[in-house]
Amino acid sequence: MNEEARGALDIDQSKYDFRDPEVSVYRSAKGLTRETILDISAHKKEPEWMRDARLHAYEVFLTKPMPKWGGDLEGMDFDAYTYYIKPTDKREDAWGDVPEDIRKTFDRLGVPEAERKFLAGVGAQYESEMVYHSIQEDLAKKGVIFLDTESGLREHPDLFRKYFASLVPPEDNKFAALNTACWSGGSFIYVPKGVKLDVPLQAYFRINSENMGQFERTIIIADEGAELHYIEGCTAPQYSTRSLHTGVIEILVHKGAKVRYTTIQNWSHNIYNLVTQRAIAYENATMEWVDGNMGSKLTMKYPSIYLAGEGARGNVLSIAFATSGQHQDAGTKIIHKAPNTTSTILSKSISRGTGRTSYRGLLKVAKGATGVKASVKCDALMLSPESRSDTYPTMEIGEDAVSIAHEATVGKISDDQIFYLMSRGLSEQDATAMIVQGFIEPFAKQMPMEYAIELNRLIQLEMEGAVG
Amino acid sequence: MQELALDIRDLRVSINDGDSSKEILKGINLEVPKGQVHVIMGPNGSGKSTLAHTLMGHPKYSVTGGSVSLYGEDLLSLKVYERARKGLFLAYQYPVEVPGVSLAHFLWNANQSIAQSKQPTGKKDPKAVLAFRKRLNAALENLKMATDFSTRHLNVGASGGEKKRIEIAQMQVLDPRMVLMDEIDSGLDIDSTKVVAQAINAMKKPDFTALIITHYPRILEYLQPDRVHVMAAGKVLCSRGMELARELEQKGYDWILSEYNAS
Repeated sequence: MNEEARGALDIDQSKYDFRDPEVSVYRSAKGLTRETILDISAHKKEPEWMRDARLHAYEVFLTKPMPKWGGDLEGMDFDAYTYYIKPTDKREDAWGDVPEDIRKTFDRLGVPEAERKFLAGVGAQYESEMVYHSIQEDLAKKGVIFLDTESGLREHPDLFRKYFASLVPPEDNKFAALNTACWSGGSFIYVPKGVKLDVPLQAYFRINSENMGQFERTIIIADEGAELHYIEGCTAPQYSTRSLHTGVIEILVHKGAKVRYTTIQNWSHNIYNLVTQRAIAYENATMEWVDGNMGSKLTMKYPSIYLAGEGARGNVLSIAFATSGQHQDAGTKIIHKAPNTTSTILSKSISRGTGRTSYRGLLKVAKGATGVKASVKCDALMLSPESRSDTYPTMEIGEDAVSIAHEATVGKISDDQIFYLMSRGLSEQDATAMIVQGFIEPFAKQMPMEYAIELNRLIQLEMEGAVG
Repeated sequence: MQELALDIRDLRVSINDGDSSKEILKGINLEVPKGQVHVIMGPNGSGKSTLAHTLMGHPKYSVTGGSVSLYGEDLLSLKVYERARKGLFLAYQYPVEVPGVSLAHFLWNANQSIAQSKQPTGKKDPKAVLAFRKRLNAALENLKMATDFSTRHLNVGASGGEKKRIEIAQMQVLDPRMVLMDEIDSGLDIDSTKVVAQAINAMKKPDFTALIITHYPRILEYLQPDRVHVMAAGKVLCSRGMELARELEQKGYDWILSEYNAS
């Protein structure tokens, strides 16, 4: 780790750190050792197979090299992180310690008090226990499982074991191995055959769990013909004392089923956000990732879909927003393994100041996957002369009878657009924000309304000081 | 003496194109009294659009001399949006497209910006948005436009004629007191020209002043302007009544250019 990066991390950590020593009841020693893994497993009272899976993943983690591509990971120091913190039930005392600027942003976004505490990581939970209970009752009647991942393992051991690490084995990459070794929190969801949920499942409503943890592990299984929409995260800044977030999401979409996974992450700017999201869609199934990345220091995240059964569909819609000091290295992997599968990718990125966005994508059509239709569209908007945007699309097409469309645009906000809006009375800042909001409209309109409104307000805030 | 809505004195304007700069307006003098409708005609390249854009504050044009006042207040020192908030409005010849932004959303925000600049401490009226939507829908209906234009993205996919009518709808909703229209009738068919002219006429009131740039006397027959100015080579050659527009339609510009030795 170079000195400069260490300096940057130190500053950020002090800025965001809680002072309250009562925040956690158990905190593992800094750094990751075999003992840390055993500790985590023991604290969670896990079965032996999971402990062994963690230990195995730890070995894999040690042998895997750091990725040489993507963003700059030089500043990471695995020995400086804390790998497990068991939260107490009540952490609200710490609210007073949340940094002023984050509280101010909550104020200006109009985020309700209870939700703010939750977002700041100091609320026991989002205060919707009643809502949660009625949702849980309704879900239970339909046979739906919606639990935090630890409870999933405890209450549904066979189902859990069948699917855990089935899509993202620890061997996949260094960070998947790290997550498998020290995972904590996340959602475990199973929707039985033919059950269609018309209300989105939101992580907010999961009670007694560690939400959006450092190493969350989420497993979603949609059985044949099932439908669900899962929403994780939020547009308001997500504040964390920890500077590494490494999640793994595995989603199985069985025959004829449909899953949409919506996530917006706005981590504070000290965070390395390195996430592996993978889904498999079987015959005539549909998988959709709706993925928004606003925060973090560096995000490396490439939601992927394996279209494994004939007629399967995959859609990925993403936005990335990078301001000064941020690098959003995001993209999509789609693997067409079966005939007549279709996919669409729409990626929108915005960079401001010295911010950098990269689209890194893979589109693969396996031999024998005839009749494939795929379209990839990447639009980048650069708001400052110092901003940077790159596109790294990779295509491996193993069949002739396929239809592939690819389009990439890189643009600046046009002076004429700004002038037009300003000539109707909007300030330059409002005009710029409006054009940026328009740019991400295809994404925002796929959001539940309250998210879309929050997203637009956030863009407005981000634009402050963007123009002279 | 009549109060002047717009008073332009010896206005000189250059266009910056890379390193070079070229003078387009070479001393414009023009007075538009409050409540009147004035017209500017003139051959292509005479500087009419430059004048309209300069008055609105487009950064491409540099004022190198002269002065402009809007209702007695210095206009040129104001920022673009401040000019709009003072009641100046430019209807564009080529309105730009803004993808992802609906007409209603944009115009509501513009409307609020103007309202708040007038009454910064005024309380927010929760019913204001409903009244606004009614006004927008009424404006679109008057212009024989489907009201779903309010939810469509600003000017995206609209035909040339539709864009012009969207400009007029914006004008009606924002209710400015000094309007500049840059070839608002170009590319409009006969019926659309009439619809647009009627909409402009409906705006007429003692505090509504317009300066209209056009090549065609047809719209002027509906508007019955108080004054017709002819511009050529960056100057106003002459200012007369409506009969001048008809004469130009019949005879072209050559005779008047040679009369004023400006060809």
